[in-house]
Amino acid sequence: MLRYLFGDELNDHPQLRDTMFRDRTTQFRDRLGWEVSVDADGFERDEYDDLNPLYVIWQRPDGRHGGSARFLPTIGSTMVEDHFSHIADIAHLKSPFIWECTRFCLSPDADSQVAGLLMLGGGELMRGFSVEHFLGVFDARMIRIYRMIGASPEVLGSQGEGRDRISVGLWSFTMEDRDQVLQRAGVSSELSEHWFEQHFGQNSLTALTA
Amino acid sequence: MPQKLNSLLEELEQATSLDDLQRHITALRDLYRVDHIVYHWVSSEGEQYGCGTYSREWARIYVERDYLRIDPVVIGCFQRFHPVDWKRLDWSSKAARAFQKEALEHGVGNQGYSIPIRGPNGQFALFTVSTQCSDDEWETFTEKHRRELILVANVFNQKGLEFEETRLPEASKSLSPREVDALTFLAMGYSRAQVADTLSISEHTLRAYIESARFKLNALNTTHAVARAMSQGLIVIGATAPNALGGWPGRLPERRAS
Repeated sequence: MLRYLFGDELNDHPQLRDTMFRDRTTQFRDRLGWEVSVDADGFERDEYDDLNPLYVIWQRPDGRHGGSARFLPTIGSTMVEDHFSHIADIAHLKSPFIWECTRFCLSPDADSQVAGLLMLGGGELMRGFSVEHFLGVFDARMIRIYRMIGASPEVLGSQGEGRDRISVGLWSFTMEDRDQVLQRAGVSSELSEHWFEQHFGQNSLTALTA
Repeated sequence: MPQKLNSLLEELEQATSLDDLQRHITALRDLYRVDHIVYHWVSSEGEQYGCGTYSREWARIYVERDYLRIDPVVIGCFQRFHPVDWKRLDWSSKAARAFQKEALEHGVGNQGYSIPIRGPNGQFALFTVSTQCSDDEWETFTEKHRRELILVANVFNQKGLEFEETRLPEASKSLSPREVDALTFLAMGYSRAQVADTLSISEHTLRAYIESARFKLNALNTTHAVARAMSQGLIVIGATAPNALGGWPGRLPERRAS
């Protein structure tokens, strides 16, 4: 299922949390060779994980992490502005209607459907909270995957070559995109809304503790 | 409504004291025809600051009894950054239910919509609209005005930050070169399509630049943003027009050194 969890809520889901941070190590350190910091538990975490971001996570039927993306509002501190303003002027965007999307990660055995599900989750955030754009950082491989799932960002700046290539880009969603993204993710509109409501819906907290 | 809201925001921009903010938030409450609007800043040390239309009596009780610690709105919105309907909060504890009952007795609405704002350096504030009405009416209201309210909430917070003595100078609020370009071409009367074409970006991306410039300039709409950028000397039309007309599309006017 698609889960929407803030940083402080991850601790209620220890297996999901641990497998997510380990999958991030596999993707960003081992496969892409990025200079990321990995702690003693094997978790790839950075200072933006400490800002209590919102994570959209695909949880596999066995409870483990299948893929995730991390969201923060651009009016506060963002990774894009702190680390990528030299490759794209767009890194300086500040608006309550623009959020940044970073650490888009797929578990080693995830397919493009999982990417589609995460994109769907991002689209639901836009729909639910009047967000109009996501500002993202991603590697070259992800650009191909985004294209496959019908949600290509507009690439506005890049650095490096080959697998070291990192790009900054912008997503802008429309309702037609939502239908397409739903189709590629292979879920109904109702199911997606149900997942969203599980976290953001009425009495979701009381339901959880009941 | 947008025109009235616009002039209200313009006045808000001129506010120099908490008294001014109080006057504007009251006018805003009247404009939206709701019972209450409140801007509430909570520092990491638990200090409170703000303005709003709740009764003095309720504000006094709230501080005196330290309701900050049990208010489900503050607890539920702290460390969040998405707008929250009060119905989605956890009112199940005995303390929360007693608090809610007392709030209602002091004229707080049964419905509420709070926009948490996470500013620079861990700053946290809440902008809340509350009124007495049915669930359906409330849903219609919040759906209709959500975007505006998020914007207004952020304008109030800009002012709050401005009044905060210990705040650090905010370099990040300056316009980026591309934002200056976008506003300059718009000021010269180019259509959005022409501006996007001239800057070699899509209209979606142009929209994001304009959105960002609007936020940085505290402007409700694009016309407002252009006017404000001109009056603050951030864009200069006279100097750039001859260049642009000579070279476009594809060539940018010379920019003032910033």
